[in-house]
Amino acid sequence: MALRVLVGCKRVIDYAVKVRVKPDKTGVVTDGVKHSMNPFDEIAIEEAVRLKEKKVASEVVAISCGPKQCQETLRTALAMGADRAIHVEVPEPESHTLEPLGVAKIFSKLAKDEDVGLIIVGKQAIDDDCNQTGQLTAALLDWPQATFASEITVDGDSMKVIREVDGGLETIKVNMPAVVSADLRLNEPRYATLPNIMKAKKKKIDVKTPADLGVDISPRTETLSVEDPPVRQAGSKVEDVSELVEKLKSHGFV
Amino acid sequence: LSTLIVAEHNGESLTKATLNAVTAAQAIGGEISALVAGANASKIVEEVSKVKGISKVLYADNECYKGLLPEAITPLVLAAQNQFNYTHITATATAFGKNFIPRLAAKLDVSPISDIIGITSEDTFTRTVYAGNAIATVKSKDNVKVFSVRATAFDAADVGSDAVGVEQAPSAESPNTSSWEGQELSKSDRPELTSASYVISGGRGLKSGDNFSLLYELADTMGAAVGASRAAVDAGYVPNDMQVGQTGKIVAPELYIAVGISGAIQHLAGMKDSKTIVAVNKDPEAPIFQVADYGLVEDLFKAVPELTEKVKAAKSG
Repeated sequence: MALRVLVGCKRVIDYAVKVRVKPDKTGVVTDGVKHSMNPFDEIAIEEAVRLKEKKVASEVVAISCGPKQCQETLRTALAMGADRAIHVEVPEPESHTLEPLGVAKIFSKLAKDEDVGLIIVGKQAIDDDCNQTGQLTAALLDWPQATFASEITVDGDSMKVIREVDGGLETIKVNMPAVVSADLRLNEPRYATLPNIMKAKKKKIDVKTPADLGVDISPRTETLSVEDPPVRQAGSKVEDVSELVEKLKSHGFV
Repeated sequence: LSTLIVAEHNGESLTKATLNAVTAAQAIGGEISALVAGANASKIVEEVSKVKGISKVLYADNECYKGLLPEAITPLVLAAQNQFNYTHITATATAFGKNFIPRLAAKLDVSPISDIIGITSEDTFTRTVYAGNAIATVKSKDNVKVFSVRATAFDAADVGSDAVGVEQAPSAESPNTSSWEGQELSKSDRPELTSASYVISGGRGLKSGDNFSLLYELADTMGAAVGASRAAVDAGYVPNDMQVGQTGKIVAPELYIAVGISGAIQHLAGMKDSKTIVAVNKDPEAPIFQVADYGLVEDLFKAVPELTEKVKAAKSG
């Protein structure tokens, strides 16, 4: 058994932060705003660590692409149980135009360099809401993809995956190596304990650049503007159920 | 300009969201072709050939397209692209499109654009980011534009009675690296969540999965679909396919009734385009009231049964 697992960990604005659009409409305010690991990527790390605990995986390598602060995100992954990490440094402002396609090119190059047998990523980052990186990476490597996974069972050269689809659940079988994207119910990520946070400080983070990897990350899209969504006006309160039913009737709903 | 729409279906019928993608393609202009891949899907082909706005249907009939696995569909669409050189390729931003569109884009070395809500011009699209807290206008510099369409942002194309021509799709080899083993669909006689006119959703306030029966009864009285907040899914009350929100389904029904839902940002992202929003919550400070047209501050365990009864009475009266 020598299954090396690569896990993508994106640093995003913390899910609890109320995002504000910049007045010049070039993006959202990120300075002085709390950032943390994309919640779906925490699920991805947790799954990889569990595979290692079950002795299915031999090593868990966490990767993050972006500015220096991504190393904090990687420390979280290491504290959760990843063995080592790779930071592909993309400084600001280039990091703002880094697209999932660029990230996927980095992941696929590293997957080959590191002789990886399984890649796990979160299904979607909660900042750009793209839901692309896993699928793009699988395509670039010509590996099968098991997206929106809620249960994975590795069985030798293949893997059975239960997927969250629109109407319920779907079961697929994919050959290894493969890419998995984690959905909400795959697992419940653990909290990093203090001893593990201390241990994580001693684990290794390699720093590379896209140029080191020979990967072109120049953007293919241009964000022309970022604006506030239309505001929905709050209506009124109704006193009781009878009044609500009257309102529903007036709209022809009942 | 020419667009290829990859039709989504379940083997029996066309997914309605595909009709919304046709309307999006019409906003781009140029010819629209549709590709139907499936195993014995001639019924779907017939349905697609009557959709207004589509001028040609490509059909690929093969066992390997069962379940519409992206590993099998992608080479097929690449073969069609080689032959016809489309300027735009699209599908719906459903579980199918979200899975397939980026795989295709990577093979074309194109940066895909997910879940668009508007088309400004042939290369410029709008989409939501940060759970709908901001709207980005994005211009694609790639030669071929590959994108997925949020169904609720576009009207459905009409289905007429005249059928357009159907051609055999160019053949492609499936890599056989994945196989579709089966599915376990949530059985329900209620309308499908994303296309229902009325949706009733429950949150953590329901306190248990069993208590969702209160919502089912009201839903059946009104002919509504039933959804849930992420909190209710996280708590294990209901399956994930009922989740409405940033990481679940996006809905925009005529009427949305939120019961015991506080209104977290990520939930609002999935329902705030509903025409009329009703909120029932015992906490008057719940953020859901800030988007609700009609808010009722009351204990749901008292209000919902009463609402069901009064709606029943109104219907029979």
